Amino acid sequence: MDLSYGPEYDDFRQEVRSFIAKHKHLAPTQQGVRSPRVKEWQQLLIQHGYAARTIPTEYGGYGAEPDILKGRIIGEEFAAGQVSTGLSGQGISMLVPTLLELGSEAQKQEFIRPTLTGEFVWCQGYSEPNAGSDLASLRTSAVLDGDDWVINGSKIWTSTAHLADWMFCLVRTEPDAPKHQGISFLLLRMDTPGIEIRPLVDMTMQPNFNEVFFTDVRVPKEQIVGHRGEGWRVANAVLGHERESLGDPNASLSRLNRLIHLMQTETVDGARPMDNPALRDRLMKFQARVMAMRFNDLRILSARLNGADAGLARMITKLQATELRHELEGFAIDVMGEFGLLYGKHPYVRDQGSWQNQYMYFLGLIIGGGTSQIQKNIISERGLGMPREPKAIVKAEA
Amino acid sequence: MEFGLSEEQTLLQETINRFLDDNAKLDRVRKYADDAEDVGADIWAGLAELGVAALLVPEAHGGIGLKTLDAAVVAECLGAHVAPAPFLTTAVLAVTALRTAGDAAQQAQWLPRIADGSLRVGAALAEACGARGAAGVTAANGKLSGTALFALDADADMFLVADGEQRLHIVARDAAGLGVNPLPHVDRTQRMAELTFDSTPAELLPGSADGEACRAVIDVGRVVQAADTLGAAQNMLDQAVDYAKQREQFNRVIASFQAVKHLCAEMAAAIEPSRALVWYAAHALDEVPEEGRLTACHVKAHLAETGEFVARTATVVHGGMGFTDLLGLHYWFKRIGFNRQTLGGPERVREEAARVQGFA
Repeated sequence: MDLSYGPEYDDFRQEVRSFIAKHKHLAPTQQGVRSPRVKEWQQLLIQHGYAARTIPTEYGGYGAEPDILKGRIIGEEFAAGQVSTGLSGQGISMLVPTLLELGSEAQKQEFIRPTLTGEFVWCQGYSEPNAGSDLASLRTSAVLDGDDWVINGSKIWTSTAHLADWMFCLVRTEPDAPKHQGISFLLLRMDTPGIEIRPLVDMTMQPNFNEVFFTDVRVPKEQIVGHRGEGWRVANAVLGHERESLGDPNASLSRLNRLIHLMQTETVDGARPMDNPALRDRLMKFQARVMAMRFNDLRILSARLNGADAGLARMITKLQATELRHELEGFAIDVMGEFGLLYGKHPYVRDQGSWQNQYMYFLGLIIGGGTSQIQKNIISERGLGMPREPKAIVKAEA
Repeated sequence: MEFGLSEEQTLLQETINRFLDDNAKLDRVRKYADDAEDVGADIWAGLAELGVAALLVPEAHGGIGLKTLDAAVVAECLGAHVAPAPFLTTAVLAVTALRTAGDAAQQAQWLPRIADGSLRVGAALAEACGARGAAGVTAANGKLSGTALFALDADADMFLVADGEQRLHIVARDAAGLGVNPLPHVDRTQRMAELTFDSTPAELLPGSADGEACRAVIDVGRVVQAADTLGAAQNMLDQAVDYAKQREQFNRVIASFQAVKHLCAEMAAAIEPSRALVWYAAHALDEVPEEGRLTACHVKAHLAETGEFVARTATVVHGGMGFTDLLGLHYWFKRIGFNRQTLGGPERVREEAARVQGFA
């Protein structure tokens, strides 16, 4: 057991700290994908290797050797300094790694740099109304007609579709192949004729999602990543990454600390919630769970550093971290009582209504990115070696 | 950066597990449970030969001088096998007490005998973790009076006893005026007794005057006991998964039913972060002293909850067989239940965790 990163990393941490101290005033305070300040900040971060760190320079990155601990130190120091880590989103987190691994040279040249700089904003077109947990049963079709794919169908739960310049999506190109082998991975511009976007308001009352409809949408045939029918493999090259990124234990810790503050400052009948033994007991339970998830995360990090797979410790994170956050946010509402119900703009609203918002948002994350039930299938099948559910009897065609 | 067990610790784990696989099978545990005369001497002697008794004893006193994480590794193996062995009491609680509060003569007198497995020490600390009813021990002029309930290891050669001011004393089993009254309880893999003192001669551990040594002993005990629960819980999950893969109903192995798989996944999801917490809490006691007490409280309470959930769920996965004595799964269920209540139940230690942080 050795929890230090080692002396060779102390210098690096100092570098990051002094960068933050020197440039903090330039950091954007609001995340807007189109704001010039956000883009300038992103550019500065790339120049210094704090964004797009390991992406080769020929594609617009910083070109550093991969180093898990340096990446982590950057994350830790930017979080501690409460400074934006630059642009995020599915283009940067999912498409760029996918292209680096499986894209053609031309695609890498065309798409990676503008994605990193924020010139191209992306959305992800995977889920469909009838393809949720069973994503591989998706039906949106693409048929080759001359030099174009012609797309028909619809996608759902598409975050940022209304803001995006581009979509990376999964479409069925080989209708006669087995379901996992009939899918292709396409890139398309969102202003292509035939695309209609309808906002989908979620329970937080924000239009965080969209439905996207495709009617005879024509996409140049070279905008396929990988070969025809390989789309499932292409998409899965980075899907695991998304699941892990949902369970950031440091975010849970910072919410827990905020909750502690709340319990020490609110009053009920003149007493602080912290002075109520029942509430205090619940808080302590959460603190232990947050701790356990943080150390579980260190265990995963340690395995990665050794080039090993943390196995079950890794497989359980999406399930446990999203459930924990949802429950933690809900507990804060219990602590506040009726104040916890307030939502919207009013001086009585605590913490900008973030507790209600995150309570609901994390229920969305329990469902999205592989539901908790799907996670339990993965844990039991891949982690515990239990057999798959036999195929159910398919509904008789009417 | 290395968060996990070292090669040596993994080797230790394999060695202890191999020994227990061979020498503490469930049949052997049952014999201990059914026979009050059987004190598990063969098991403890074998473990002592492997260095388990000497684990935390400093090298100067014939020990190995290892750390709390090593003790947690051993406890996990013992819990997995529901092994009857005075490891927690003798090798952890007594050794920690002597190391932190014993004078040079006391250390020289007892530590080598603990290390070679010839001295077995029980621990009467229940009152320091919440005195029930009128129980309590007072000390005056080198003599103890009163009652200590729920002393751990009824078969010990001597006892570590906390008095009402959390000072620590050593009392020989044959000391005048000491009564050792075994208490029947559900977990028959760990024996518990009521100790009565009537002007019983005792030796004070001089470094324990301010109560801090007693608290330090309880801290390490909680961490090691949490590791015992971790081992028991992991073993129950393993048994449940194995059973589900063999048991057939509706022409399928029940492991193929999502209702069963999800129960097993939930157990694994509870156990994995618990394991990381056990490792960290053990590490913190030695290396991050400012966090040691807080994480010791949290690991005790958290493993009590994880253990309770797994004990119940793994039993349910076994169906009717899980409920029988024939299968013996209840030995693990009860071990977890025992570990939950002793050295401070979950609400109690969570309140202590709050107090450590100034919240209460």
